Amino acid sequence: MSESKTPLLDDLEKGQWPSFVTEIKKMAETKPMAQDLLSLLELSYKDKRGYWKHGGLVGIMGYGGGVIGRYTEKPEEFPGVREFHTMRLNQPSGWFYTTKALRTVCDIWEVKGSGLTNMHGATGDIILLGTTTDQLQPLFNAYSNEGFDLGGSGSNLRTPSCCCGMARCEYACIDTMDLCHNLTNHYQDELHRPMWPYKSKIKISGCPNDCVGAIARSDFAILGTWRDDLRIDQAAVREYVEKGLDIQEIVIDRCPTSALNWDGNELQFKSEECVRCMHCINTMSKAIRTGVDKGATILVGGKAPILQSAFLGWVIVPFMKMEKENDYQEFKDFVEKAWEWWDEEAKVRERIGETICRLGMRNFLRAVELEPIPQMIFKPRTNPYVFWWPEDLN
Amino acid sequence: MPHIEVDGQQIEVDEDGFLITIDNWNEGVAHYFMKEEGIEELTEEHWKLINYLRDYFFQFGIAPMIRKLCKESGFNLKKVYQLFPSGPAKGACKLAGLPKPTGCV
Repeated sequence: MSESKTPLLDDLEKGQWPSFVTEIKKMAETKPMAQDLLSLLELSYKDKRGYWKHGGLVGIMGYGGGVIGRYTEKPEEFPGVREFHTMRLNQPSGWFYTTKALRTVCDIWEVKGSGLTNMHGATGDIILLGTTTDQLQPLFNAYSNEGFDLGGSGSNLRTPSCCCGMARCEYACIDTMDLCHNLTNHYQDELHRPMWPYKSKIKISGCPNDCVGAIARSDFAILGTWRDDLRIDQAAVREYVEKGLDIQEIVIDRCPTSALNWDGNELQFKSEECVRCMHCINTMSKAIRTGVDKGATILVGGKAPILQSAFLGWVIVPFMKMEKENDYQEFKDFVEKAWEWWDEEAKVRERIGETICRLGMRNFLRAVELEPIPQMIFKPRTNPYVFWWPEDLN
Repeated sequence: MPHIEVDGQQIEVDEDGFLITIDNWNEGVAHYFMKEEGIEELTEEHWKLINYLRDYFFQFGIAPMIRKLCKESGFNLKKVYQLFPSGPAKGACKLAGLPKPTGCV
């Protein structure tokens, strides 16, 4: 038996989990590109450094984003990955596909690319890993003919993404899939033609469980919520208790704002204390439901570390109706004002959260024409001074 | 590094086809690149943008941000893509002889 050429990578195939090494090896049987990718990666593991150049600028006609140029630093040794560009395809809302659609994506990619995919990237797109410059336009044409479009990359609106929402989940307070589809179609220019100081992301979760991680991962997080009371089915609550649920310990004591009380027969609820954390609903989903007056909370500024550390989004609009009939105009008006301010004020590679941090929330609020309200407060202020606007002083 | 040949002269470019040295630029370079960037003829409007990019680069050492480019050239982004179908960064900057932009334009 011949000795393995990739002993370090082989180690990643051990154990009971799926392994990307195994998948690349499968593709390497027919694709020299995938074989060179394996060999290059093995060398990186051995030398403890990456051999990819930073940044490339390739694309297709009419679009400024959607393709990320990748070149290896060692094209002579690994000619198969001399050019190994990534393409992003805009995923459908909630990642629902027919098997035919998935086969179409893979069939085209196997002929014109490496055959390797990443389903899905952190932004949400279908990530197609590795193709050459001369195949980019033919790939785009082939996908376009099948009804697919590129996703976002670079300093543009990244492909909006959402949880599966009302398609599968009874917690969904808004139609995340429709909203995501609507915003994607409405902001095609912003999505395909980089125009801003840096990227901007919109993610949509149907409820505060936030299954797409919108609070931490998007500049504009739209979270489904409600503004009336929880709907409680007392008989169903009693059934949970009769079946052995320790309601005091598991539900009441874990309510972060003590909004619930159990008297042995009835679950009492203090509406004004509820912060919509979803804990009681998640625990007793047959007995407690969200309210009926539904909409969304808008948070701004979430991001991973770049110029500054990681940020979670701030609540900027505690409740906004998400109205299909009105084409979600209220949200669009808000986000466009925010983009306009950020685009004018931001430094290069500054996300909107960082711009707000640098220039102050009051400047941002003035730009988006919102009055400060208690829900926006992160912690009680420590600064005793009041800052007036220059025009307020005589 | 790859080379392109313009008017009998060998000029060094990077893997994406951008000039390594802006001093090697001449109008022939812009004409050389225009076909691959989907441009049939360089009009006065093309030259306005090319010259703006070059002036900005010589003054500041980088390519301008898109917003600045649109404001100062008077072209909106749609117009920029009409002029340079592969975009302001990949198209216009390449024809203007700027090194590959990193994250702005």
